Amino acid sequence: MRVLAAMSGGVDSAVAAALAVEAGHDVVGVHMALSRNRDQFRTGSRGCCSIEDAGDARRAADVLGIPYYVWDLSERFEDTVVADFLSEYEAGRTPNPCVRCNEHIKFEALLDKATALGFDAVATGHYAQIVTREVALRDGGRRSVRELHRSPNDAKDQSYVLAVAGPERLARAMFPLGGFASKDEVRAEAARRGLSVSAKPDSYDICFVADGDTRGFLQSRLGSRPGAVVDTDGEVVGEHDGAYAFTVGQRKGLGLGRPAADGKARYVVDVQPTTNTVVVGPAELLSVDRIAGEKALWFDGVLPAPVVEPVETTDVVPDPDGWFDAEVQVRAHGAPVPARVRSIARAGDAYGDGVPEGERPASSAAGADSSAPAMEIELTGAPLRGVAPGQSVVVYRGTRVLGQATVSRAWRAPAPAATAMDRAR
Amino acid sequence: MTFVDLMTVTTPPPDPARTPLTASGAHGQPPREPDGAYLDHAATTPMSAAALAAFVAEAQRTGNASSLHSAGRTARRAVEEARETLAKSLGARPSEVIFTAGGTESDNLAIKGIFWGRRAQDTRRCRILVSAVEHHAVLDPAFWLAGHAGAEIVLLPVDGEGRLDLDALRAELAAHADETALISVMWANNEVGTLQPIRDVVRAARPYGIPVHTDAVQAVGQVDVDFTGSGVDAMTVSGHKLGGPVGVGALLARRDLALDAVLHGGGQERGVRSGTLDTASIAAFGVAARHAVECLPQRAARLAALRDDLVTRVRVAAPSAVLRGPDPGSGDRLPGNAHFTFPGAEGDSLLYLLDSAGVQASTGSACQAGVPQPSHVLLAMGVPEAEARGALRFTLGATSTESDVDRLVAALPQVVARAQAAGLVSGRAIGGM
Repeated sequence: MRVLAAMSGGVDSAVAAALAVEAGHDVVGVHMALSRNRDQFRTGSRGCCSIEDAGDARRAADVLGIPYYVWDLSERFEDTVVADFLSEYEAGRTPNPCVRCNEHIKFEALLDKATALGFDAVATGHYAQIVTREVALRDGGRRSVRELHRSPNDAKDQSYVLAVAGPERLARAMFPLGGFASKDEVRAEAARRGLSVSAKPDSYDICFVADGDTRGFLQSRLGSRPGAVVDTDGEVVGEHDGAYAFTVGQRKGLGLGRPAADGKARYVVDVQPTTNTVVVGPAELLSVDRIAGEKALWFDGVLPAPVVEPVETTDVVPDPDGWFDAEVQVRAHGAPVPARVRSIARAGDAYGDGVPEGERPASSAAGADSSAPAMEIELTGAPLRGVAPGQSVVVYRGTRVLGQATVSRAWRAPAPAATAMDRAR
Repeated sequence: MTFVDLMTVTTPPPDPARTPLTASGAHGQPPREPDGAYLDHAATTPMSAAALAAFVAEAQRTGNASSLHSAGRTARRAVEEARETLAKSLGARPSEVIFTAGGTESDNLAIKGIFWGRRAQDTRRCRILVSAVEHHAVLDPAFWLAGHAGAEIVLLPVDGEGRLDLDALRAELAAHADETALISVMWANNEVGTLQPIRDVVRAARPYGIPVHTDAVQAVGQVDVDFTGSGVDAMTVSGHKLGGPVGVGALLARRDLALDAVLHGGGQERGVRSGTLDTASIAAFGVAARHAVECLPQRAARLAALRDDLVTRVRVAAPSAVLRGPDPGSGDRLPGNAHFTFPGAEGDSLLYLLDSAGVQASTGSACQAGVPQPSHVLLAMGVPEAEARGALRFTLGATSTESDVDRLVAALPQVVARAQAAGLVSGRAIGGM
């Protein structure tokens, strides 16, 4: 196969490329340039995006004896990932740029160009596994489905940020590090092949935000917009330079002059972009057990209701109302929690179950297409804290990814969850 | 296509990185052209067998050409013979040859050295006139002087074929002759092969006594180059573009030229280019230059015929291709140069696809941190940026044959179609018509 190895300049993608070469594929290394003015990006050995990283990627490609190219995807990156990052924060939501980069850059711009140029697959250094499995069809036949699974390396597992790519695009992806149980193993593989990046530190944080100062970056791009910080009674308790810089669940950096009357810590519980207001309150208000997701996608072999004509049996069997048991994860390094999940065709329906009319978000706020696939989630264990609109929610069963959506709203069911629990049984 | 598939491929892993590098050239066999169809002779071209033999012979000896003992004298003799050979081949006097480490160093020495020398004579002389299509080895030192030494850069415009606008030059000189330090116009353009009207440049500059430098790196061995006859004051030449080794070049400079040193040290090369002389490279450079100039008439005719064939067949294989630069039949173009833009395609996609088909070419333009940039030469010629991104340069040399062209033409239709499809997907090159 002709394989394009995306090479960031880090150790993971270098070893992934090496494994693709050793498996006998015809491999070409490509480094993505994501900023026109690359000085704006972090310098030093960050693992991606800087000029040093491009040099490291080139050196690794030379050691592997494969051609190496730099593709300028900076405009696409600015127009999609950075623009989404800014507009989401501006809308009072909490984006995950790594998810959007996988969605728009690695598994769209890069993958589509690679496909057009005749490549069969794109190999990356992600920690996740693609597994092909035979399933029985109801008519007695069999068919193979492609599943995305967690890496056995729990600490490094990246299935959460990959799920957004969906099954069709991941069908053209290759994750040679999927079976590695630890980063040390990968480093050892790099060292064994004489790849000088073997000891390079891991990259963290957001590549286009210098110094990790997200608030400073937002302010430089969106400007200062002073407004009020209020408590849940509407009383003004502080000021801010822009509501966009706050995230639901945030505790630090609120800059509140005086302590709360009850002496408890206060958290951001809501960000209201239209009035440029940040609402703070006690931790209890952050607990949610209902999550609505938009832009939902489902993996091969998962057939949540409503389905027009189910044609195959899988181990995901929804009840007559479309609910099935699963686990959900709402942040990259969060733990999965038990939940009931169902797919719905209309975003509006996501708020139809027990949400008081007044609490429903104006559908126009999200600009949601009323026919877009959406997702409803009821947590069946302990509530989660700090689930912010804009985050990615990924549905798992064990190691297998069933689906993914963007959180449009999270709330606490007004009534005890007993009825939901009963229905689940 | 999946992780599972990846692990079940049974082909034994190739290990190109560990393939031993062959050292056949070092044992006296002629250097070979790279495998496949090598159509990038303007980037570098194989060393001639005679040049390699001269290199090896000198590299096996020990001696610093500045030493007075016999080992030094032996080295000095090799250097001076090469100096005489090079001078004779290029219509210069031996004392006008300053050996350097290559074309870039020669250009830097010319631009900086003449600027400093001329300004030392008259502090008003801060203007540097350069054509807009110069190589970066000329443009970048000029812009560096603008940023660090108070120079003022005038980019002289070119026409749609990359040819200098002489009227613009004359107007600049008429208005600002007293403030002009130097003029630098290349002999032949490295991307589109345009031959510049150097004699006219000299004629325009002479009444004002303004020195003219020309970068003739691409020209020597392809067209007649006569230093004294041209009337220029300084000329850059390079070893590896004419069958000599990489890492050696020369600046030919008239003895009366105000030229300051860039490299200071032991005072070699008239005191303007210090550093121990690279005897082996210089000896090989001299042999290669003589050979290139002696073979020029036959070689130029052969290359021009092969190039004309390439142009004709590329146009048939890829009807959307647009030839850039002067008409090959006009005589205003290097005989080994062909250059096209392919609407809707990106140069690096074309390059990759050709490379995987065994054809090695170039986009002709520079990269910044590996990111291909639209060619400043094409932009100066008025080519829109979207079209400039789809450029490919094919350059022929001594080892080029008809089969190289065959291989290119066979691969081209699918290569262009795929690159255009990729251009549509990436959305960059749209609008390239």
